[in-house]
Amino acid sequence: MEAPQQPVRRANRRLITGLLVMVLGSFAFGWALVPLYSAFCRLTGVGNAEAKAGREVVHDTIDPNRFITIEFVANPASVGSFDFRPKVAEMRIHPGKLYDTQFYAKNLTAGPEIAQAVPSLAPSSAWKYFHKTECFCFSTQKFAVGEGRWMPVRFIVDPSLPVNIDRLTLSYTFFDTTQSAGRG
Amino acid sequence: MAHAIDIAHDDQPATGIKRWLFATNHKDIGTMYLVFSLIMFFVGGTMAMIIRAELFEPGLQFVDPGFFNEMTTMHALVMIFGAVMPAFVGLANWMIPLQLGAPDMALPRMNNFSFWILPFAFTLLLSTLFVPGGAPAGGWTMYPPLSLQFGDSFPMMIFAIHLMGISSIMGAINVIVTILNMRAPGMPLLKMPLFCWSWLITAYLLIAVMPVLAGVVTMLLTDHFFKTSFFNAAGGGDPLMFEHIFWFFGHPEVYIMILPAFGVISEIIPTFSRKPLFGATSMIYAIASIAFLSFIVWGHHMFADGMPLAAQMFFMMSTMLIAVPTGVKVFNWTATMWRGSLSFEPPMLFAIGFLFMFTIGGFSGVMLALVPADYQYNQSYFVVAHFHYVLVPGAVFAIMGAVYYWLPKWTGNMYSMTLAKTHFWLSTIFVNVLFFPQHFLGLAGMPRRIPDYAVQFTDWNMVSSIGAFGFGLSQILFAIAIIQCVRGGQKATAKVWGGATPTGLEWTIPSPAPYHSFTTAPEIH
Repeated sequence: MEAPQQPVRRANRRLITGLLVMVLGSFAFGWALVPLYSAFCRLTGVGNAEAKAGREVVHDTIDPNRFITIEFVANPASVGSFDFRPKVAEMRIHPGKLYDTQFYAKNLTAGPEIAQAVPSLAPSSAWKYFHKTECFCFSTQKFAVGEGRWMPVRFIVDPSLPVNIDRLTLSYTFFDTTQSAGRG
Repeated sequence: MAHAIDIAHDDQPATGIKRWLFATNHKDIGTMYLVFSLIMFFVGGTMAMIIRAELFEPGLQFVDPGFFNEMTTMHALVMIFGAVMPAFVGLANWMIPLQLGAPDMALPRMNNFSFWILPFAFTLLLSTLFVPGGAPAGGWTMYPPLSLQFGDSFPMMIFAIHLMGISSIMGAINVIVTILNMRAPGMPLLKMPLFCWSWLITAYLLIAVMPVLAGVVTMLLTDHFFKTSFFNAAGGGDPLMFEHIFWFFGHPEVYIMILPAFGVISEIIPTFSRKPLFGATSMIYAIASIAFLSFIVWGHHMFADGMPLAAQMFFMMSTMLIAVPTGVKVFNWTATMWRGSLSFEPPMLFAIGFLFMFTIGGFSGVMLALVPADYQYNQSYFVVAHFHYVLVPGAVFAIMGAVYYWLPKWTGNMYSMTLAKTHFWLSTIFVNVLFFPQHFLGLAGMPRRIPDYAVQFTDWNMVSSIGAFGFGLSQILFAIAIIQCVRGGQKATAKVWGGATPTGLEWTIPSPAPYHSFTTAPEIH
């Protein structure tokens, strides 16, 4: 076969250049969608970004006139032999303020354990007003034989908690996940 | 460079493995694409069989749920990027130069590269089945945050997708340059065969959206490894944005898989109706409209995610608008057959099967486009039934029809008509047994992508699984028909379908098509 004639080759090169520019343009467009979407949502208010930001502020309004008692309970572990206890049995707190406390757990079983703490709140109707920003129950906890440690819980109680509630009980139970965690 | 081209185009093919490794001949590369696609079709099909075996009865029988999810994800990726897309690229490689009267594709060495990337891409993708944590299991759509939790398979999947994207983009550039610059003198664009037209538009779609996919999976990659927060709400990103960018690629992608099928059907139906295609020019405009609309409808994949009412209305209306050009095509095909002198050779059977069953998929698509209805249908088996109807008896039937249509031209031999017709009838019966009950399951509330289901769904799942096994086994006939035809058989004439009236330049050269065809441009009248 003869080589394609010169004019065709030149036309091909021009077309390929144009198409490659299109490819790069599409690639750039894909990335440009990120700022475009955020500009679009800001300008149109779609996605309610402003309102959501406003809702966060509510948590910062501390109500200094109201006291809530929080009780902490560590239930005996289903894992087996665990030394598990809260640092303090109860705290008096103001709604809207961020608080820290800790729980202690020590593995007294003969082998290493992987366990997950499951929280429970009483009265359960208060769940949506009780926000944990950090909790050892968010992930599985690994304990070597005889290992013990303090683990954090940080929380805010929403000031819109109904006025008839002045006492909340937060309890934790450890469940053994050694089998399933080991498999994953 | 000119020297290299001369060397690459020896009169006779190189021997042994070199012929394929260093292939620059469009026919060799087309063959490799088609064989690769057939292999991937069986790989993806095996995964589908595993899925249907598990769903035969409620409860967990064969595989654990994690592996089941790996199967659904890999089945989709393999079928989309490994079976359907390469099959159409293979058909393009074989047929576009023959239909245009061109000696080869415009960029033969890039052609070689774009094919040979694929085996590596799929080796990478399939090897994720053996890495710790298993293959990707979060669905082929890779929604974060779930996809960010994949194990070692995550970067492998991303790089495999990058490779497939590069391959498709190179293939698309090649098709466009070939079509725009290599047509035989005297062939204006509007007189070009419909298959070439559909591929020209598809190639532009590929160039427009594959880079967007590359971009969005790269964002996933940087979120996972470089602490960016494109999709991480805790860092100021938004997981919903992934869906918006992904489906901006995703919806044109589904048309990338169906437009070449439209082209194939527009070739087959006129031949076996012995009439020119009804409304050929309107067919071109219909394809172009569908391609344009595909860019503005992505939101219909995410109605239930939460979207302003105005946006829901816009996406619903624009989606329903697609039914208009699609309707033009379906009616034009029907009008072509109207009072035609029909004969029912295997390609025609597949084309008619396509016409019926693709339209069923189109109708369920219109149902899904309705926002209030979509709230019920989304994430259900109804969606599974919908897109399998457009992809299996739609795209896959068109590919099979194309293979049966042009196989004698490629090999010089006729295949066994009995075998091909048996393959068609078994496929058609079983594909409906397989997918039609999934409409019922979806409407009754069975969610997709689950390994186990409530007992009231048992009966239709059993029916569907039986259909799946039947359909899967029937495809062995397809492979046998092809292998037999490659090995020998009754000699085909240049026109192959002598009694019918195939038009187009590919029928002016002998069968099998010589290794180098149209080395001097044909005269067109």
